[in-house]
Amino acid sequence: MSALYQRSATQIAAAVNAREVSAVEVLGAHMARIERVEPSIGAFLSLTADLAREQARRVDEAVAAGKRLPLAGVPVAVKDNMCLQGTVTTAGSKILAGWVAPYTATAVARLLEAGCLPVGKANLDEFAMGSSCENSALGVTRNPWDTDRVPGGSSGGSVAAVAAGEAALATASDTGGSIREPAAFCGVVGMKPTYGRISRYGLIAFASSLDQIGPIARTVEDAAAMYGVMAGHDPMDATSLPRPVEPTLPALRTDLRGLRVGLVREFDTKDLGEEIDAAYRRAYAQLAALGAEIVDVALPHAEYGLATYYLIAPAEASSNLARFDGVRYGLRVDGANVQEMYGKTRAAGFGPEVKRRILIGTYALSSGYYDAYYVRAQKARTLTAGDFERAFAACDLIACPAASSPAFEFGAKSDDPVSMYLMDYYTIPMSLAGLPALSVPCGFVRDGSPGGRELPLGLQLVAPLYEEARLFAAAHAYEQATRYTLDRQPPVVESVR
Amino acid sequence: MSGTMVEQTYEAVIGIECHVELKTASKMFCGCRNEFGGEPNTQLCPVCLALPGALPVPNRVAVEHVVRAGLACGAAIPSFSKFDRKNYFYPDMPKDYQISQFDMPLVSGGVVRFRREDGSEGSCRLTRIHLEEDTGKSTHMGSGDGRIAGSTHSLVDFNRAGVPLMEVVSEPELRSAEDAVAFLEYLRLTFLYLGISDVKMEEGSLRCDANVSIRPVGSTEFGTKTEIKNMNSFRSVWRAIQSEIERQRSVLAEGGRVAQETRGWDEANGITHSMRSKEQAHDYRYFPDPDLVPLTLEAAWVEDLRAKTGLIPIAAYERLERACGLAPAQIRQLLGDPALVRFLLQTVDMRPDDVAFAQAAANWLLGDVLRMLNERGVSIDGQRTLTAQALAECAELAMAGAITSKTAKELLERVMAEGGSPKEIVAREGLAQLSDPSMIAGIVDQVMAANAKSVADFQAGKENAIKALVGQVMKVSKGKANPQLAESLLRERLKQP
Amino acid sequence: MSSGSGIDVRYVARLARLDLTEEEATLYQRQLDRLLEHVESLQRLDVGRVAPTAQVVPLTNVLRDDVTCPSLDRAQAMAGAPAREGAFFRVSRIIEEQE
Ligand SMILES: [Mg+2]
Ligand SMILES: [Zn+2]
Repeated sequence: MSALYQRSATQIAAAVNAREVSAVEVLGAHMARIERVEPSIGAFLSLTADLAREQARRVDEAVAAGKRLPLAGVPVAVKDNMCLQGTVTTAGSKILAGWVAPYTATAVARLLEAGCLPVGKANLDEFAMGSSCENSALGVTRNPWDTDRVPGGSSGGSVAAVAAGEAALATASDTGGSIREPAAFCGVVGMKPTYGRISRYGLIAFASSLDQIGPIARTVEDAAAMYGVMAGHDPMDATSLPRPVEPTLPALRTDLRGLRVGLVREFDTKDLGEEIDAAYRRAYAQLAALGAEIVDVALPHAEYGLATYYLIAPAEASSNLARFDGVRYGLRVDGANVQEMYGKTRAAGFGPEVKRRILIGTYALSSGYYDAYYVRAQKARTLTAGDFERAFAACDLIACPAASSPAFEFGAKSDDPVSMYLMDYYTIPMSLAGLPALSVPCGFVRDGSPGGRELPLGLQLVAPLYEEARLFAAAHAYEQATRYTLDRQPPVVESVR
Repeated sequence: MSGTMVEQTYEAVIGIECHVELKTASKMFCGCRNEFGGEPNTQLCPVCLALPGALPVPNRVAVEHVVRAGLACGAAIPSFSKFDRKNYFYPDMPKDYQISQFDMPLVSGGVVRFRREDGSEGSCRLTRIHLEEDTGKSTHMGSGDGRIAGSTHSLVDFNRAGVPLMEVVSEPELRSAEDAVAFLEYLRLTFLYLGISDVKMEEGSLRCDANVSIRPVGSTEFGTKTEIKNMNSFRSVWRAIQSEIERQRSVLAEGGRVAQETRGWDEANGITHSMRSKEQAHDYRYFPDPDLVPLTLEAAWVEDLRAKTGLIPIAAYERLERACGLAPAQIRQLLGDPALVRFLLQTVDMRPDDVAFAQAAANWLLGDVLRMLNERGVSIDGQRTLTAQALAECAELAMAGAITSKTAKELLERVMAEGGSPKEIVAREGLAQLSDPSMIAGIVDQVMAANAKSVADFQAGKENAIKALVGQVMKVSKGKANPQLAESLLRERLKQP
Repeated sequence: MSSGSGIDVRYVARLARLDLTEEEATLYQRQLDRLLEHVESLQRLDVGRVAPTAQVVPLTNVLRDDVTCPSLDRAQAMAGAPAREGAFFRVSRIIEEQE
């Protein structure tokens, strides 16, 4: 059997429930692993070892008392924009540095109830705004496949921790691609549920109408299990869906017979380079080989996705981030009066990307521009949702890239925000439409430099609203048939023993 | 100044805006207690303190209260409504935006009908009523008088933050300070009758601003208005409007122009003073709150609430006037106590169209019953012994001459103390008035024999002596003798030598 | 200052209570102008008869019952306060709004 830190969540839970191994032992193996790889990865902003140990003891007691927990003893990294009572929760921002959350996010609480051990708070782009994790004000996270490269973002710490074996699972959040793009960059499975499926209560808001929590795991099965624990109605979130959650694990499949998979006309991969184009063609062929019927679909408004998103998300963010004002918690830089205090506190507390988005969002909502920008973007959002509705009349799932490139080097896109924003070209339309979507590893490309590393790519699968079970079922079949990352680990995992 | 100036007659144009804290158990968007006067900063949770990640969920009862307020004013209830964010920074507003309603309030239109002190009728239409949340409370320090001007710093208590707040905006249809106060009084009474607010100006659960302008009589255009704030009683509303009308009149009389501004009412000096010299256009950046979903006010829900609207003060006024024949002063005495009004009308309803009975019941209620309640320090609905039925019986017995008014008073005292039916008590204990001359004659003889001095006095021409003798008859008969009958029998006997 | 019909970074920063240095103002002006250019593409869309989407999930009337639940105690509520005085949060002098 492989080392404890290499095992999947499902395997760990089975072993802990069967009392073959204790949660305390599982935790020990992961803490040791974290100690060894963290210096080269930097997935965490803080470790919560004491809390995890306490929880491991509780899990062992419960199991000893005959209880079976769906995620018994599974170490989980918690993205640092989610509240976990008693832990420093920063959203990767200086404005919240050192803030201790006095309550726990619903999704995290459900993981704890299911037996997860919270090992630490994972790094992210400040307030989840970014696609590389470089916007974190509090730490640098490296890609375990190539530590000169970014892990993707905003959930960079979450995906790096899982890829590097520091945790079997991680929570992540996705507003325009923040789960799917980094999952692709780090060769793990990342899934964004239907908007409203997982409670946002306790998730530090970026853009409320788009934010959605989802699982990060090394296998589709693990992601499905974790999703199953976190999903479901929460009365603390008015946008939480009151509908029942279909069980995902029993629905997992090994073929795709009877499924129509749509390839999006507007998402042609030719422009992504020969190697990447070939990889996606292989992926689509594999779906067909598994029995899927490949059909052609159109998303005619896809080209407006980015523009729509970069009005709606900043507009909501500009309002959501107003509360960071130096009055009740967080950073304060004093001034002669309250107005000065606000201006100085927010200038010192927010990083450049957050400031950019607050400015653009404030502008989009301001008097005289609201209709031209914000309302128009909301109408464009309606058109995007309509595109998908029509597409899903012709297919059961959509397949497309999860990102427009593999992981890039640090600093490669830092001075041009728009080129960074383009990383999310393939993920934003689904976010606008609130659809469930997932990224599963679909091969590797060489980075082109001499002696360069192989970098993972992600295949994005998209399902109609509420059809998460279908999404996991198909991703599982594809993953089991291809096994790109199941039998292979990032170099950092191999080099640091 | 100029001797040739023509005396211009102006009329005032007044609109009222008021904020009413709703009476609910919990706050607008969280489960914290909605209670006045708690220890500072003890009624707070992640939601109302706007901690990162917390989300609002609206209070159903608060929504219903506003709809009922609208229905009571005869307003249309739209089928669709929503919450919007009003963005501005203020230290006692935790989120630095207020959840409010912008273009789709819960209530549009409606009218408040009122009666002036002399009983004449007036009315003012409403523009809208919407639902929002209250802010915390700042105490300004270092200025000596608690004023913001000259303060060195402020202390914030957030207990009030998130208390459901209803904003009522009237049309500018009021023409005098008297009417403005009468309008406010009926608005206050309406909410009191509905039981949706304590409407206490001194506790801040009712706060109002007035927009005042003047224009030449006959003109249809509006003059430049000022907004008056800081009025903390109806008396100060009256004084402030009156003084502002006078101020504007003299500004115009001197050939000046009224500046559009916000003016504060200075209670001590009886004047308004400029608070903000230049009225800036605020850029509140309203947009639909993405944490909340829309409200659809289904007809059945609205009808159900309409059925629960109950008695409103203007309708009560009209019934008290018509059915009970009460004078305006008496009605005003009653109207502020909805429980007392309901009690009276319930009593009156037992003999419809019997004005004499209604008047008797009203007199008993406003006289002896009120006195007894005051002596006991209870309200009409704070006691369980005296029922409307009992009051009706007392009134009926007295009207029919079946008991003396003295007996009736004693009966009321008894019923108030121990409950029961007055008619049953009278029958059981033989308290009915003695109106049989043969029975009273015996007592008269007895009294004459025992009071020879009084008999002699009367016969010597002292007319007053008869009173003492009647008193004795009443005493011996234990108050049951019909006093008129007793007196006439006495006179008859005393004439005999 | 204002760049024609484009974004007035200074005005917007004031609304957002965000002090900007000269360099930041220049940089953001340039970057936001470029983003706005990109966003201009939306003006091409015919949205005349399209309803705006504020929320993708078709929920309405999500309301809670009027029941209370325990609050944080004061120590918890004020644990993160940058400045306090007794039982209160303390802030420096409040000046009346001048947008
Ligand atoms: Mg208001
Ligand atoms: Zn609260």
